Amino acid sequence: MKVLILGAGQVGRTAAWHLAREPDNEVTVVDTDEDILRDLQGRIDVRTVAGNASYPAILEAAGIADTDILVALTSSDEVNMVACEIASALYRTPTKIARIRAPEYTRQDRLFAPGALAVDVWISPEQLVTEYIERLIQHPGALQIVDFADGKVRLVGMLARKGGLLVGQQLRTLRDHMPNADARIAAIYRKGRFVPPEGETAIEEGDEIFFVAARDNITRMMGEITRAEERVRKVLIAGGGNIGFRLAQALEKQYQVKLIERDPQRARRVAERLQATIVLQGDAQDEELLIEENVDSTDVFAAVTNSEEANVLSAMLAKRLGARKVLALINRPTYGDLMENRMIDITVSPQTVFIGTLLEHVRKGDVVRVHSLRSGSAEALETVVHGLQERSRVVGRRIEEINLPAGASIVAIVRAENVLIAHHDTRIEPEDHVIMFLADRRQVDAVQRLFHSE
Amino acid sequence: MRSILAVVNVLGSLLALFAAFYLLPVVTALIYGETSELWNYLQCAGITLGFGLALLLLTRAHRTELKPRDGYLLVSLSWLFVTAAAALPLMRGVPHLSFTDACFEAMSGLSTTGSTVINGLDNLPHAVNLWRHALHWLGGMGIIVLAVAILPLLGVGGMQMYRAETPGPVKDAKLTPRITETAKALWLVYTGISAACIGSLILAGMSPFDAICHGFSAMSLGGFSTHDTSVAYFHSQAIETVLMIFMVIAAVNFSTHYVVLRRGDLGTYKRDPEARWVVIWLAVSILILTLVVHHAGQYESYGDTIRHVAFMTISIATTTGFVTADYSYWPMFASMWMLFLTCVIPCTGSTGGGIKMFRALILIKQFFREMFVLVHPQAVAPLRIGGQVVPSRIAFSVLAFIFVYFMSIVVMTFAQLLTGMDFVSAFTATVSSINNTGPGLGQVGPAHNYADLSDVQTWICTLAMFLGRIELFTFLVLFSPTFWRK
Repeated sequence: MKVLILGAGQVGRTAAWHLAREPDNEVTVVDTDEDILRDLQGRIDVRTVAGNASYPAILEAAGIADTDILVALTSSDEVNMVACEIASALYRTPTKIARIRAPEYTRQDRLFAPGALAVDVWISPEQLVTEYIERLIQHPGALQIVDFADGKVRLVGMLARKGGLLVGQQLRTLRDHMPNADARIAAIYRKGRFVPPEGETAIEEGDEIFFVAARDNITRMMGEITRAEERVRKVLIAGGGNIGFRLAQALEKQYQVKLIERDPQRARRVAERLQATIVLQGDAQDEELLIEENVDSTDVFAAVTNSEEANVLSAMLAKRLGARKVLALINRPTYGDLMENRMIDITVSPQTVFIGTLLEHVRKGDVVRVHSLRSGSAEALETVVHGLQERSRVVGRRIEEINLPAGASIVAIVRAENVLIAHHDTRIEPEDHVIMFLADRRQVDAVQRLFHSE
Repeated sequence: MRSILAVVNVLGSLLALFAAFYLLPVVTALIYGETSELWNYLQCAGITLGFGLALLLLTRAHRTELKPRDGYLLVSLSWLFVTAAAALPLMRGVPHLSFTDACFEAMSGLSTTGSTVINGLDNLPHAVNLWRHALHWLGGMGIIVLAVAILPLLGVGGMQMYRAETPGPVKDAKLTPRITETAKALWLVYTGISAACIGSLILAGMSPFDAICHGFSAMSLGGFSTHDTSVAYFHSQAIETVLMIFMVIAAVNFSTHYVVLRRGDLGTYKRDPEARWVVIWLAVSILILTLVVHHAGQYESYGDTIRHVAFMTISIATTTGFVTADYSYWPMFASMWMLFLTCVIPCTGSTGGGIKMFRALILIKQFFREMFVLVHPQAVAPLRIGGQVVPSRIAFSVLAFIFVYFMSIVVMTFAQLLTGMDFVSAFTATVSSINNTGPGLGQVGPAHNYADLSDVQTWICTLAMFLGRIELFTFLVLFSPTFWRK
């Protein structure tokens, strides 16, 4: 697949990295900054073109004529929209994806309807991250929560801790604990290494567990893995940028929200637009401010400023001062691995959250949802099964009969409106939405070939 | 000096415009065959028109665009001159009415206060009564706003004058891109609702003449009546109900009415924080006062109590001043509470007087904000009314207004005390006048009028009404040295 990425900012670079490591893709990146492009070309296998991303001549030079997917990720919503328009008008590019951050645009549904703006899919990383953090706050104890089938099924990543009913037990005892509520352990990572979840596998304290369950069963299932946590009431957000502001806006109706913003003007603007949130002007790394605002009785401290170093420091400080759970926004996945489970409870990487949405449109076949997990080494995906029983290697077979690569497993199936948690004897039917966990992302190709009939 | 002449020029055209209003009593006099009144009003119209045209012609060489500060001078001067012009036919037409009393009556009319110094209203010629009520109606929306609407010559300077005359702290919101259109829209809405009010009153059983007078009086939140006993004269639940409804309507910002009529969306009232609070305050007050008055055993049944309390509370709170019951016999709590409401109930851009609901809300919010900031010293807490952020500049100007407002009450109360008035009368007369309400307590209570006051006392009340109507600063700024400095 030929992919043209506009903009080599943080989001653009991450997208390029993820797409270029899939052997089928040919990636070209356009940006105005030649230094960044030179650096990028040195690290990953992409072609680069320097210039203004919305000029037809530059797009032409970047090979727009035979591009399959245009991904406009520059920092300007307007440039992204214009680039999509030009690609549509001059080159009939089949798929055009644009990053659009301003809710003032994305709120207008008709703007992106067919026949209006030539943007097929809009992605707002800030909105995705906000929704992601919102889910984590709703389910304290989870490290990661991702949706499948419009939220009917969720995959949850969390740490096994003392007090969880299943800790120290073999997986097959799960049936005894939860006879009705269906759930399934999708993966276990012990000391960073994948352990296949068999019936005899016992969960140990400190294991990182991924499980799937219908949305309503999540809270009960979490109680299997760790002691039930108290509901979150007080949230302190550090940083009033796009993410901090949206997060406060989303949370202020349900929780007591405070928001700290350093820039006085920005603080004022944020305060004027939020209704119930207490906006504080100050530095989130200022110990006295945190103490004064009772950080010790805060349930969740979310550090979401632009600077990941500041996020790490303020989150660690908040943890030291007694915040129950601290969360930090960290761009570099490696930083996240370094911090998570130590001083910082949860790290969120905007890129990881966002890249799945992008991958959905790049993947072949009938992949409808992709979530990148464990800093991109693992993946969970949802795909629609098509084809006839005679030709397909999947349709009409029981799960145990399907020849999946090692480390890949079918964990749940959504048939019409019903959620079926996968068992060895579940039979796959056409039009099923199959949700899979891949411990090793490199098996994506093998899995896609398996599901692709003919 | 040149700019004063330019102001006088506009003043001339305003007076000429005002002369047209004499047609109302002239027509009335024709209908009822009141010959002496006919001549009186025709002559007064001629005098006013002549004086206005003379000013206009004498200063025509100095006609220029008005500067912002000229607006204040023009508004103050025009109110004084128009009041004088309005007093002229009263002085000549009503027997034994002194110059002082005529000025008081005219100011009371134009400022929509509704206090009267005339005894025997029922026997006045129809033309005189209509004139008094027409003054109410004209003063309600404002003569300057009318001038801006129909005199094209005011041009850009119109906005300055409009701002100087319309009540309320926020005056920058224009309904339409052009100020002339905004003024027209407001007058159109005002006229329309007034017509509806008059129609409803006729349906409720008033004679057409009384309906027109009381319609003018209710819509402008004035309070003049054609009867000495005010609305109590009619003994009609239907009439009282109609009046109550239209008094509350007139106490709401006419811009909101305009938006509702334009978009046909009644939800606009709910979204207007002022309107919402007016209804809440009135409802709660009526409930409490009903209990208080009933407990005092003033009336036989709850039905009677509610009827009188509801009417009097709405009448006094909206700064109208119609009377159906002598509330001076009610517990002091009830009458004082109504006087308190009269300070705060009317909305910005309504025809009522007082502090205005918007300023009251700002003060309350500011109080909570101060407490909040004590607990969270680093908090950024914008002042918000109904979700809209109020700039702190406006909050400060409201604080200054409140200070001057209360100081004016204090000073004028002392002045009345100095003339030998008793405290209750002095205080309530001042509060009632500055809020453009009308009745007070004691000597100026609902069963009396202002006829017994001495000349000095009458003039103090006239000044209070004037200051209250143009919201203090428009007039007081003329006494600041900076205003006159080049």
